Amino acid sequence: MDKIDLLQGTLDMLILRVLARGDMHGHGIADRLAQVSRSALQLGEGSLYPALYRMEAKGWIRASWAQSDNNRKAKYYALTRAGRKQLEIEQQDWGRLSAVIAEILQNA
Amino acid sequence: MTWLRQILFRVASLFRRRNLEADMAEEMRQHLEIRIQERIDAGLSPREARSAAQREFGNIAQIQEQSRDERHFLWLEQFVQDLRQGMRALGRNRGFSAVIVLTLAFGIGANTAIFSVVQGVLLRPLPFAHPEQLVIIQDDLPGVGARDAGLSEPEWQDLQRSGIFEYVSPTWYDDNNVTGGSRPSRVSLLMVAPNYFSLLGVTPQLGRTFNPEDHSPGITAELVISDGLWKREFGGRPDILGKSLRMDTDLYRVVGVMPAGYHDPGRTRRDRNIEVWASSSFYGAPLADHPLRNRRNLPTAIARLKPGLSVATAQSQVDALVASLQKQFPGDYPRQSAWTVRLVPLQEGVTGNVRQSLFLLLGAVGLVLLIGCVNVANLMLARASSRSREMSIRQALGAGRTRLLRQLLTESLLLSLLGGVAGVALLAFLRDFLLRLVPEELPQLNEISIDWGVLLFALGVSLIAGAIFGLAPALQAGRLDLVHMLKREGRGSSASREQVRTRRILVVIELALSLVLMIAASLLVRSFWDLLHAPLGYDPDRVMTIRTRLPFPNDPTTDAYATVAQQAPFFREILRRSRTLPGVEAAAVGDFGAIPLGHDRTNQNPPLPVILEDRVSEGGDAPLVDQSIVTPEYFSLMGMKLLRGRWFTDFDNDHAPGVAVINEAMARAFWPGENALGKRLKLSRKATDWATVVGIVADARTESIEDPGIPQAYVSLYQMVAHHLAIFLRGDLDPGSLPDALRDQVQAVDATLPVFGAQLLDETVSASLTARRFSMGMVALFALTALFVAGLGIYGVISFVVGERTHEFGIRVALGAQPGDITWMILRQGLDLALAGTAVGLVGALLVSNLFAGFLFGVKPTDPLTLAGVAIVLVGVALGACYIPARRARSTDPIVALRAG
Repeated sequence: MDKIDLLQGTLDMLILRVLARGDMHGHGIADRLAQVSRSALQLGEGSLYPALYRMEAKGWIRASWAQSDNNRKAKYYALTRAGRKQLEIEQQDWGRLSAVIAEILQNA
Repeated sequence: MTWLRQILFRVASLFRRRNLEADMAEEMRQHLEIRIQERIDAGLSPREARSAAQREFGNIAQIQEQSRDERHFLWLEQFVQDLRQGMRALGRNRGFSAVIVLTLAFGIGANTAIFSVVQGVLLRPLPFAHPEQLVIIQDDLPGVGARDAGLSEPEWQDLQRSGIFEYVSPTWYDDNNVTGGSRPSRVSLLMVAPNYFSLLGVTPQLGRTFNPEDHSPGITAELVISDGLWKREFGGRPDILGKSLRMDTDLYRVVGVMPAGYHDPGRTRRDRNIEVWASSSFYGAPLADHPLRNRRNLPTAIARLKPGLSVATAQSQVDALVASLQKQFPGDYPRQSAWTVRLVPLQEGVTGNVRQSLFLLLGAVGLVLLIGCVNVANLMLARASSRSREMSIRQALGAGRTRLLRQLLTESLLLSLLGGVAGVALLAFLRDFLLRLVPEELPQLNEISIDWGVLLFALGVSLIAGAIFGLAPALQAGRLDLVHMLKREGRGSSASREQVRTRRILVVIELALSLVLMIAASLLVRSFWDLLHAPLGYDPDRVMTIRTRLPFPNDPTTDAYATVAQQAPFFREILRRSRTLPGVEAAAVGDFGAIPLGHDRTNQNPPLPVILEDRVSEGGDAPLVDQSIVTPEYFSLMGMKLLRGRWFTDFDNDHAPGVAVINEAMARAFWPGENALGKRLKLSRKATDWATVVGIVADARTESIEDPGIPQAYVSLYQMVAHHLAIFLRGDLDPGSLPDALRDQVQAVDATLPVFGAQLLDETVSASLTARRFSMGMVALFALTALFVAGLGIYGVISFVVGERTHEFGIRVALGAQPGDITWMILRQGLDLALAGTAVGLVGALLVSNLFAGFLFGVKPTDPLTLAGVAIVLVGVALGACYIPARRARSTDPIVALRAG
């Protein structure tokens, strides 16, 4: 299966969506994105981090160091209330946008 | 408030930086480790696993960099970086930075100082409720040349009923004698309408003020007193209310005490320091029962406009009222006197001509700062040329143009802010000293302080200054030609032609601005000098005036000084006793109006209507003339010059026919081409007898130091009563002991009389020049500063040019040029700059000349002698400044110069 480049600006939404299921660390998020998209998304794993830091600065997610399953300290990211709201907004926008694009592609 | 949280987060990141770095590194390291482990578990060798994981992860350094950028403000970080770099640069060039910061400190400090005065005096609203509704009412009779002629009781009533004003109250200043204390004292009294305090919207600290509905005739027996008087006369006792106070033999009851720090609105110190307020309806004994419409005995009035009414609208309504009154009472308002009523906003009214002086100063001091900025810009340019290599390298390393501009501007702003801080610190340090320079007559003097508004101004001025002088080098840097620069810089520094041109233009601007300021200062100094040396028409040297005041009771039956016959023996006794005092050679008595330049022409001693026999008119068009009441000794004591006729004698008394002495200006004004001697006039409507002009005195600067030609009439104190008295003494006087000695003598005759206000006439004359002296001194100081700074500027540029051309001079000398040739070459460069600056400056001075024409006396703003003189001084100073580098150049040793090249 060919890999596709991520549309500009959608990475934030995807990360938020992944975090909506529960707190996670950076590589967990990367794993989850790969798993759900069946590895279709082309994403340098590291490019996650600028997005994470940006969203932390914006107050959408909160980071904290906590004990991980294998008893090591790991950094966990959690959705904040502002982040939850943002996810809703972005999902709506995305829904509208894809509907419009689908409409155009079908009927234009 | 998400944005607020964001900002806080990012700012916090700046400070938690080290932690975050470690955080980030650790997080990414773990991530990689897990990936590597996964691949080892899948069977890859550790090396292969590591490189595969790294490939997938991406460039760690770059990702960290990006993450960092997401965390904090890039620009803020860069700004901090610029700031750090700027500080380092300043630290490296300590001397350079110190000169700039000092220049700016003086410029900004001086601007802030003047602004703090402007703010305190002009901008701060008066401390009354809705001060914008308060106006001063002034009546003018331009037809007979009278300004601020006062209003009559019927006119006051008309204004009161007009519906234009909420309240109108006359304000009538007077002195009063308070007796009953340890010694008689004089207090400043303001007689007002009962609505006065309601009008101002102020309340007492104790008791009450007057009942605004009180319309009873005469003067009410109630007083409101100042906090100062309460403490002084009554020891601040709390049971003051209802206590009585004897003023001018009348008994009053104290009903209220105003708060400490309360000041009446007023133009002079006296107006603002009223101690007693009395209220009157301005009709009924002791005033006229039926006041006449053309008798303008109420000096001035203050009013509060109806809410929502602008001064302009109110003025047009007053104009309409005036027109209808003129129609209704044509006899009282003759067409030729052209009666008008002017509403002056209170704030403007109390600041008067101080306003223009302050704006003049603000302009001058702003010019000084501008010159300072141009000079600093020049210095920065010079430094920029030595830094162009640094700039080129930065650019080569990838700094964007805007980034470089920002760095330069940051440095400029850093300098200007340092200058601002130093300036404000300097100001705070010198505050008390500076305040002592400010004339005490300045209204709201005690309102001057360094408050937030002033600090904000200083900050604003600093930022603007920084932007102005930071712009030139920044623009220059913006045009850097990278390759060219780097190549040339390899061969040692040599400024571009363009840069030298910019610096020359700056110097020309600097010289031109300085010239404008110097011309203004010279004209002011000349005016002042001329005024100081204008013949006064009297001799103030060795003369002292001391004041006393005869009581003027409301109850005429208790008036011991009601008639000339009652007053004359008192004067003769005072004169006899005065002559016995040590050092006294001559003594005379007159009213306050007789004190040259020492009386208040707008309020207490205004010009009064004079009725001339050969053009009898009892109406409102009688000409107004300044009047003085004096004993016969006055003229010779003052050293005045008799042109025709005779002075008064002791025989011109109440048994003899009335006589008057007039000045030449009055003779010229009313009897041009005729002999004024023998003409008859009445100096008061109350006078029943005509007074004959018996003498004509040469014009003297008694009413105004600027204008000797103000009509003036003198009457004998033995023929007309006066209550406000000045005792004139001439001789070798001891100003320390004489006032007390005279007080003893006066109170030996009448123990109830206060004796006050001793002053040498020299000082009185000098005091009349205080405001002028202040603004002249300030502008002169600013101009000298400007000249100095401009000299530094041209010196800097020429030194720079000389430094650049050392090599060339070496060659010239080697080829046989004489030292004189080199000197001349350099001086000619300086001369060109100086002449260009002078030309531009002269044009500028002519353009702004009308701005300060009003401050000049006896000299036109285009006075060629002044302009030429100042231009010569400027060119001379410029050449002097060029001579120093020129000398250095002429002693160029060709061998050293060529070898260095």
